[in-house]
Amino acid sequence: MPTPFYFKTGLRLIQLLGIRAKNLQELLDGIETLPLSSIYYHTHRLLYQQLALYPEPPNDFAYWINQSLNIKELGEAMASVNIARFRYVQELRNQFINILNDYIENENPMTIAPEGQEFHFMKCQTFILPTPFVADNIDEFIVALKRVSINALYFHLIESRLRLQNGVNDFSCWLRNIGEEKAAIEIERLDPYTITLEGLRRKLIVIISKYACH
Amino acid sequence: MPAIKDYTPIVGQGVIDELYLLAEKCKDKIVQNINSTSVGGGVAEILLRMIPFLRELGVAVRWDVIKGDEKFFTITKKMHNALHGVDLEITESELEYFLAINEMNTQEINFIGDIIFVHDPQPVALINKKTQISKKWLWCCHIDFTEPQENIINFLELYINQYDSAVFSAPSFARKLKIPQVLISPSIDPLSDKNKELPSETILKILEQFQIDKNRPIVTQISRFDYLKDPIGVIKTYKKVKQYVDCQLILAGGGATDDPEGLKVLQEVREAAVDDPDIHILFLPPASDTEINALQVASTIILQKSLKEGFGLTVAEALWKGKPVIASAVGGIPLQITHKYSGILTYSIDGTAYYLKQLLNEPEYAKKLGENGRNNIKNNFLITRHIRDYLLLFLSLYYDEDIVHL
Repeated sequence: MPTPFYFKTGLRLIQLLGIRAKNLQELLDGIETLPLSSIYYHTHRLLYQQLALYPEPPNDFAYWINQSLNIKELGEAMASVNIARFRYVQELRNQFINILNDYIENENPMTIAPEGQEFHFMKCQTFILPTPFVADNIDEFIVALKRVSINALYFHLIESRLRLQNGVNDFSCWLRNIGEEKAAIEIERLDPYTITLEGLRRKLIVIISKYACH
Repeated sequence: MPAIKDYTPIVGQGVIDELYLLAEKCKDKIVQNINSTSVGGGVAEILLRMIPFLRELGVAVRWDVIKGDEKFFTITKKMHNALHGVDLEITESELEYFLAINEMNTQEINFIGDIIFVHDPQPVALINKKTQISKKWLWCCHIDFTEPQENIINFLELYINQYDSAVFSAPSFARKLKIPQVLISPSIDPLSDKNKELPSETILKILEQFQIDKNRPIVTQISRFDYLKDPIGVIKTYKKVKQYVDCQLILAGGGATDDPEGLKVLQEVREAAVDDPDIHILFLPPASDTEINALQVASTIILQKSLKEGFGLTVAEALWKGKPVIASAVGGIPLQITHKYSGILTYSIDGTAYYLKQLLNEPEYAKKLGENGRNNIKNNFLITRHIRDYLLLFLSLYYDEDIVHL
């Protein structure tokens, strides 16, 4: 008998680190030394706070480089880091460090953020709670999927894979365990960084419904 | 007073369910708030709203107020101004008196809570009790800490650093402290008089009362009459745009009648507006929440051209009403507006005038900005998010790790 799927939710408290950067070198210093939960926060905040597609760079580093330092080329390079392909936050950190190091070495930038527009480093503490929703089979899973909060979706699809270092999102993992390999693969192929969470919910329901009927 | 369930149609069942899940984890703790006044002022307003909600969720909350005489509160007022960057001297004897009153309160207050939640600088030295009674201690700073006077912040940090956590309302207020610092942004209550939906008859009646033409575009700034809100800059902006678009300007807000500077600003604003009947200067009495609500709803565009700002709750109120907002990129305003997505951020009169003209001429674009702005407020700046943050804050006192399985 396969294990039921227990829906959980993740809620985040933002912590201020009291450290700020006013130029690229200070940004690099922070990214190199601050906790991974800070890298995670600054690359995911917009996803879970906006809960909608965002026209701006998807991470705070890129946004700040664009808006406050006005270095468009570097801003674009930082914005185009494909977070979905990273399995660990440490790898993501290394990628940002490489991009910044290259730019600083080659361009020797002297730009300083205007007063009041410094980068403020933060991090988040995630609290994971069980919800009342449990699924023993695909039909029950779909019913729950329609009802759980957006925070629960975010937790199982994004946070669990990257931050809890599970490597795979929780839904695919469970579907694989109950023998629904194809559904698991289809969900793994979704890029949660380019779809709104409500959009993801709709896509998940469509994908899983196909396998509920067979 | 609305009940928690009244917010379900606004934020969704999932958000309300999560509040109950979190509150369940806090049920064995008593949270004891301590501040310096039970009426008036921002902290009392927050506690008056939050405490009933927390109790409804099943959290045991109590609220104590410290006692102090006129001399004590004169000193704490000076501290408040010094923390805002005003250059003034607080003497050694004044600091000693401040500590003596805190010590007297330490003796009188019954520290019954598991979590002692101290608000603002006035009672900060109650922390001296910690060595005797242990418990968890939180200090919440509700004021602007961007440019505090060094000597006073150094004095306060002696006490702040003894707490288990400190809470600030904007990233720029964070300091290099020895304790964890939490960011909790302010919030608006969508069911309060200032933000709830109004019948269209009420709105029309209020426009009539102020002789405002409902058929022409209305540009509004709601704020008290203060140089930092730049009302003269707003009039200059309007005059630049008025040459091209026939619109009206409302400058509405309150202010203390015994505040000489406020009256001086009001006088200057009236003089600047004297030759244009389409500029409406409305000096509103206290308890004008419904009028402010109606003026915001009736507006075509809302401005907030502040030179300095704390969080800027009037921006959140306008965005919540789906209004396109053009605001200065100061204080907490950039947290609420992403430029050209959920509003417009500007840095000058010319910039504000340029975008004001554009939004008046492009109502579809303006409408989209307003819709995105409302969504941002819904997701991040309503009272339900504030309650959730408080519950997470209480729990955070018992867990050091970044990922907590409850």
